[in-house]
Amino acid sequence: MAVLLLGEVTGGELSVDATSKAVAAVKALGEVTVLCAGASARDAAQEAAKIDGVSKVLVAEDARYGHRLAEPTAALLVSLAGDYEHIVAPATTDAKNIMPRVAALLDAMIISDVSGIIDAETFERPVYAGNAIQTVKSKDAKKVLTVRTASFDAAGEGGPAPIEEVAPADDPALSKWVADEVAESDRPELTSAGRVVSGGRGVGSKEDFAIIEKLADKLGAAVGASRAAVDSGYAPNDWQVGQTGKVVAPELYVAVGISGAIQHLAGMKDSKVIVAINKDEEAPIFQIADYGLVGDLFSVVPELTEKL
Amino acid sequence: MKVLVPVKRVIDYNVKARVKADGSGVDLANVKMSMNPFDEIAVEEAIRLKEKGVAEEVVAVSIGVKQAAETLRTALAMGADRAILVVAADDVHQDIEPLAVAKILKAVIDEEQPKLVIAGKQAIDNDMNATGQMLSALLGWSQATFASKIEIEGEAAKVTREVDGGLQTIEVRLPAIVTADLRLNEPRYASLPNIMKAKKKPLDEKTAADYGVDVSPRLEITGTREPEGRKAGIKVGSVDELVAKLKEAGVV
Repeated sequence: MAVLLLGEVTGGELSVDATSKAVAAVKALGEVTVLCAGASARDAAQEAAKIDGVSKVLVAEDARYGHRLAEPTAALLVSLAGDYEHIVAPATTDAKNIMPRVAALLDAMIISDVSGIIDAETFERPVYAGNAIQTVKSKDAKKVLTVRTASFDAAGEGGPAPIEEVAPADDPALSKWVADEVAESDRPELTSAGRVVSGGRGVGSKEDFAIIEKLADKLGAAVGASRAAVDSGYAPNDWQVGQTGKVVAPELYVAVGISGAIQHLAGMKDSKVIVAINKDEEAPIFQIADYGLVGDLFSVVPELTEKL
Repeated sequence: MKVLVPVKRVIDYNVKARVKADGSGVDLANVKMSMNPFDEIAVEEAIRLKEKGVAEEVVAVSIGVKQAAETLRTALAMGADRAILVVAADDVHQDIEPLAVAKILKAVIDEEQPKLVIAGKQAIDNDMNATGQMLSALLGWSQATFASKIEIEGEAAKVTREVDGGLQTIEVRLPAIVTADLRLNEPRYASLPNIMKAKKKPLDEKTAADYGVDVSPRLEITGTREPEGRKAGIKVGSVDELVAKLKEAGVV
């Protein structure tokens, strides 16, 4: 059977990491066709064609797909859905916006945040903020799912697969893009970074978050934050790691001043090596950390930054 | 305009979910249940629109077991004007899937004709993040998910959304579905006098069958298990020791 996978295209560029992990997750289900849609999408299609396991790339280049609005992209996916049993996307905010809409239009129940694939109709996914893993068997003719990328390794390079143009679908024109406010950063993207340094409520203020950022920059890491730090206004919401934020699984995760609430652990416990720095030796974060250091972050973190 | 807010009864935010020993699900018997936190934010936003004079009426709707009436009373105590309970399950362990919820909500909306629906972006039990999007698809309405700001401007709503990498602002034509993210507002607590008043506000009771919606699940839950645990590692005594260990592990 065949799989249609929505590639993550932002500003004409393919998010290779997210797309490639989603391809690796589903390639056992059948031939994978990647759809790249955007105001400019041809470069993204070239990149997608090089992902191992991709048998074909469809490119839909049109202004209506330029700002990642849910309605036109969902209409496009539905117009192409006929040939496929599985319709898949990496679980990014864009896909979480689009895919349930696609599922409802196909009268199927969305299977969100899949963390394991058992067979063509059976999937594992975390529920209750990662406190339980549920196995679900879909009875729908078409399975629409989003894939939790942190649970899968990226596919290698292969191909190149052939690229075909597809015509845009009718645009329901229900919404209009107004503005994007992109956080400019030279740091790696949080969900695909090999190293992440996160700060929690213990950091104490927006100004003191600079300590976290300095350590991150020394390590070439992305910066993350706990929900408590975000709610306190120390860090922007798109840095949030956890069930209500981003799910990450880097090689190295450094948690600074983070107590380890369940909802935070759900977003980072698949990291390979976890380091915790906290002045409270009873903090739950130490129960999952590979290396724990009990101490005052305001002296420990600058020292660590200097000695690395 | 009329604003409709769907609310869900879920395990309380502060209670740790425990998997039942037989793997049949999460134990919800004798566990504290509350309104889904994202739905509280949605109710608060609707009430603020009423306080600003933008909305005339706020209707809360819940779909699930009979006990969801308590969740609706909370919404009424916060300031919603009236409530509709659609009983769709007898067992507290039966979760009604977002697709079925969206179908029932569509039927309610066909009757109520609200101009705006504000829903929570996700329920903290099944973590599907789907009902708002599915409802919007079934109605053929526009959708603005993960909202951190909503401004009503005539026949449109300008919504700022929390997306990967930053914020996006879009304009959706009304009627529309908006789903609430964490930073949209901080919900109020219901005062004691308002809790008393809420008991007298109208609460209609219906069933899924009244709307002709089949709520049998499309996803059969074949098992529920605890996630793989992670063992605690070691405590290091100094930064030098930490650096040495990280070098040993090959991660720096």
